[in-house]
Amino acid sequence: MNRVLVIAEHDGAALNPSTAKCVACAAALPDPEIHVAVFADNGEAVAAEAARLQGVARVLEVDHPANAHPLAAVLAPQIAALADGYTHVLGPSTTFGKDVMPRVAALLGVNQVSDVMSVEGSHRFKRPIYAGNAIVTVEAPAGSVVVATVRTASWQAAETGQDAPVESKPVEVPLPEHTRFVEVSAAKTDRPDLQTARIVVSGGRALGSAENFDLIYRLADKLGAAVGASRAAVDAGYVPNDMQVGQTGKIIAPDLYIAVGISGAIQHLTGIKDAGTIVAINKDAEAPIFEVADIGLVGDLFTVVPELEKALS
Amino acid sequence: MRIRAFRVPEGEHRVERILVGLKRVVDANVRVRVRADGSGVETDGLKMSINPFDEIALEEALRIRERGEAQEVVVVSIGGSECQQQLRTGLAMGADRAIHVDADPELDQLTIARILLALAEKENPGIVLLGKQAIDNDNNQTGQMLAALWGRPQATFASKIVLDGDTKATVTREVDAGLETVEVDLPAVITTDLRLNEPRYVKLPDIMKAKKKPLLTVAFADLGVERAPALEPVAFEPPPQRQKGVLVEDVAGLVEALKARGLLR
Repeated sequence: MNRVLVIAEHDGAALNPSTAKCVACAAALPDPEIHVAVFADNGEAVAAEAARLQGVARVLEVDHPANAHPLAAVLAPQIAALADGYTHVLGPSTTFGKDVMPRVAALLGVNQVSDVMSVEGSHRFKRPIYAGNAIVTVEAPAGSVVVATVRTASWQAAETGQDAPVESKPVEVPLPEHTRFVEVSAAKTDRPDLQTARIVVSGGRALGSAENFDLIYRLADKLGAAVGASRAAVDAGYVPNDMQVGQTGKIIAPDLYIAVGISGAIQHLTGIKDAGTIVAINKDAEAPIFEVADIGLVGDLFTVVPELEKALS
Repeated sequence: MRIRAFRVPEGEHRVERILVGLKRVVDANVRVRVRADGSGVETDGLKMSINPFDEIALEEALRIRERGEAQEVVVVSIGGSECQQQLRTGLAMGADRAIHVDADPELDQLTIARILLALAEKENPGIVLLGKQAIDNDNNQTGQMLAALWGRPQATFASKIVLDGDTKATVTREVDAGLETVEVDLPAVITTDLRLNEPRYVKLPDIMKAKKKPLLTVAFADLGVERAPALEPVAFEPPPQRQKGVLVEDVAGLVEALKARGLLR
């Protein structure tokens, strides 16, 4: 039997959807018993949410004032202590998981398996390298604990509809004070979350300015879509960093992805490979985005997008 | 002795040393291919460069030094003798000296972190600046692992670094939710994200000057570092290709195509 510990990602109030993806990955291991650990200052609501995920046998709630904000240096020693007796420790391949999980792996004396796309055995996994231009199958040393991050776009979220037991689990380890949370500034939006939205509309450098990005927002709102952007658009300052889609931004898998004025650099395509349908709107017929688009429209975005918005009314 | 353009106000302390990791990787503009027999990725004869995130790390270290907030920038690369090329580039960018750890270029991240720990214990840097990930294996692990082994803070995915003398740093991090700010005591490990800075270009006279800067080679075996159990690559394959789609003439055609796929009501 594989005893799997999934580290929950949350914002203190709600479970992040990445956790349900991790549970799905855990369930793909042979004969798994899945526990979810919630580290928080008061994780009751989050733990209750995690307990509803199908496949979860138990939720461990680790409440501590120091866990109010996720700091890798504070969480890692607790996770490493809690990991005793588990064969696998999984976290999401989000900025949360990417920050904390390698620190856990080092404390446990193992290398981490980053960005698990598929499970090929208890210690065998597929993962992307070279910005997704190659897929490697790796085998972790037999008998050693597996620490891995889960490439969320590769997994269907575990369903809800059960009620696993929640156990309060204090972890007694010395916690460092050398790292302090100051603040997080997040743009508040009523639009769907970029990482989980069914439809995403993204804009690129061709938008030309932050003001022109309004075209993208309006189209997105017509479709009930989330809004993303290429790295070029973020670098140019049209939109904030949390909207970047691609190798070093968010890796997403919506049912419909509409790329507007995005040329399709490799690092951007890496972020949308798992999308159901890709639509490209670009005036350059030679743009690489058309190589991967299911539906392409060669045209000037400044006429096409308002027209499309109108057609959807 | 060189006279520095910047003076540190009296009573304040600057960081004595910044250690920067430079990994030799296939250049970001080169598209790699999986070998036909699945035994690996073809890298022979490809243009090699400093990992772009590491270049950003070095640029940041140089700017900190140029502001008078650090005294010395030391670059380190781990691998065969060929990675001395990347160290020379780092010296040409402005690093003061270089350390080449002569080792298997395929070393795993945890062993690399152990090597960096051995160097950190020897060099006592106030900051170790690393790229957040290497663009070849995309692991995104080494900085976090070093911080764990060293028992020091980590500030990953940095887009802004503000130093408070040689005791603290305030780092803005690019996270999924937006921007997070953390305060860390020094020494600390900081890993860089894309928007931290734009690295400078190397000028020809600097390349000449870099040849005279000290580059020390240390053998892996002499560091007393134990090799960690690595993940074994079993097979390589190209990614599944998306089929090339259809072109539509106009917006009406687009709407129709979306409806046909059940994506629009």
